[in-house]
Amino acid sequence: MESELVSGNEALGYGAITAGCKYYFGYPITPQNEVPEFMSREMPKAGGIFVQAESEVAAINMIYGAACAGKRALITSSSTGISLMQEGISALAAAQLPCVVVNVMREGPGGGGIGPSQLDYLQATKGGGHGGYIKMVLAPSTVQEIFDLMQTSFYLADKYRLVILMLTDAILGQMLEPIEMKRIPEGDLPPKDWATTGHKNQREPRMIPILLKGYTPINYFQAYQDEAAELNSLLQKEELRFEETTTEDAEYLLVAYGSTARIARSAIEQARGEGIKVGMMRPITLFPFPYQRTKELVSAAGKTLVVEASGGQMIEDVRLAAEGQGDISFYGKVGTVFTPIDIYDEIVKLAS
Amino acid sequence: MQSEVIIAGFGGQGVLLAGKILAQAAVFENKYTTFFPSYGAEIRGGTANCTVIVSDKRIDSPVTSEPGAAMVFNNPSLERFEAVVMKNGLLLLNSSLIDRKPDRVDLKAFYIPAGEIARELGDERVVNMILLGGYAEASGAVSLDALKKALKKFFGEKRAAALKINARAFEAGAAAVIPR
Repeated sequence: MESELVSGNEALGYGAITAGCKYYFGYPITPQNEVPEFMSREMPKAGGIFVQAESEVAAINMIYGAACAGKRALITSSSTGISLMQEGISALAAAQLPCVVVNVMREGPGGGGIGPSQLDYLQATKGGGHGGYIKMVLAPSTVQEIFDLMQTSFYLADKYRLVILMLTDAILGQMLEPIEMKRIPEGDLPPKDWATTGHKNQREPRMIPILLKGYTPINYFQAYQDEAAELNSLLQKEELRFEETTTEDAEYLLVAYGSTARIARSAIEQARGEGIKVGMMRPITLFPFPYQRTKELVSAAGKTLVVEASGGQMIEDVRLAAEGQGDISFYGKVGTVFTPIDIYDEIVKLAS
Repeated sequence: MQSEVIIAGFGGQGVLLAGKILAQAAVFENKYTTFFPSYGAEIRGGTANCTVIVSDKRIDSPVTSEPGAAMVFNNPSLERFEAVVMKNGLLLLNSSLIDRKPDRVDLKAFYIPAGEIARELGDERVVNMILLGGYAEASGAVSLDALKKALKKFFGEKRAAALKINARAFEAGAAAVIPR
């Protein structure tokens, strides 16, 4: 199969269409504008619908409608825009509606800037919106992985009736890389016997949000929390994804995700060339976070360095994972892009 | 083998297109490649740049602090990127706009009067393809044939006149770096 040279943002679109997504709603914001541009061109060809909404708030409510009908639907935005959507994401989670949301992260709080960063980790993994819901968070680090994980996201959304949030950033969104566009086979999925598709007097009407079976509004939210806790354990058991780089004999461990992880891998290669035994844990699922494996690796390594394009967010999960063990420090940078030499210098400091 | 190049110039000189065509040519030669555009609040008429890596093995970082080569289209780009090129690396200069020599003496510098060559070819817009042809020849990163194939992919087969003049631009650029 010949490889196609595409940007990370285009790979989001190709992945979604390959997974059978037929509905895209969005509102322009840099650095993800290539996604709506791509979808406006390609969705009609794929027999799908592209809507540029009048705002992010409108767009997230449109996806609520598509998800109620049991259709595969995608919405993308960037940091500021994702904040505007939080009420809608919370509502989707409350109604257990499957859909895929992508945050191509930009810089800073408020309006922020258009440069790359990883400043939305905590918002992505610890709620974002109100009300104690959970969602899965996936973090690719190459354009190929964006394409592949986008397909996986739709499958997982349907499998667990969850909102799946993919976190990429301006580097991954804007860069071009050749990819192979293979369809990833899906496992069996439960029937969408809850979807409001019109009863046509042939069946009982359905309502969304559906109260969990056997519960009244009085104990519904307790039941919701109980289900969320159960699902959380299930995801920890079944859906953890991560990648390790030369961890077998690592005396020094990096923990990084997304674009930072791929830049770090170049630094690791250079350090290994000089005999420094350094490895890396790259979580791919940020929620569920691979706590157990991270704990093992942090304990085995002499020193751990968490590297993020932020002031330090994922490090909270690494510390939670380590349960007080290990020697964990942080290296971060916002506003300019990491180069391998930046991270290499930090590895050398760690090892000296 | 791995070759990295920073392509830099004014916004509008086609530095990003040159980078994309280089990356596409690498794909046609079954090599690994990454294209990473400069990213920030760029000003109209300010500098634009991209980094293209072509390699025989998987590329991790698309960003490099020490590229093996730089193609600079104007004085500000020379100013900014001369310093970062690897020791003994390649420097391709658009000598139609750059009016000085690089400060560094270790670099292998090629002065290409791309503006004049483009005017001779009949289209001033092909400055970027002239420099790209020069880079391909000087670095061996990709072949001119692969560049021409990439051009077709970007421009479409139907735009015969555009394909022809851009293909001639590659050749003229390559000829300009061959020692006479």
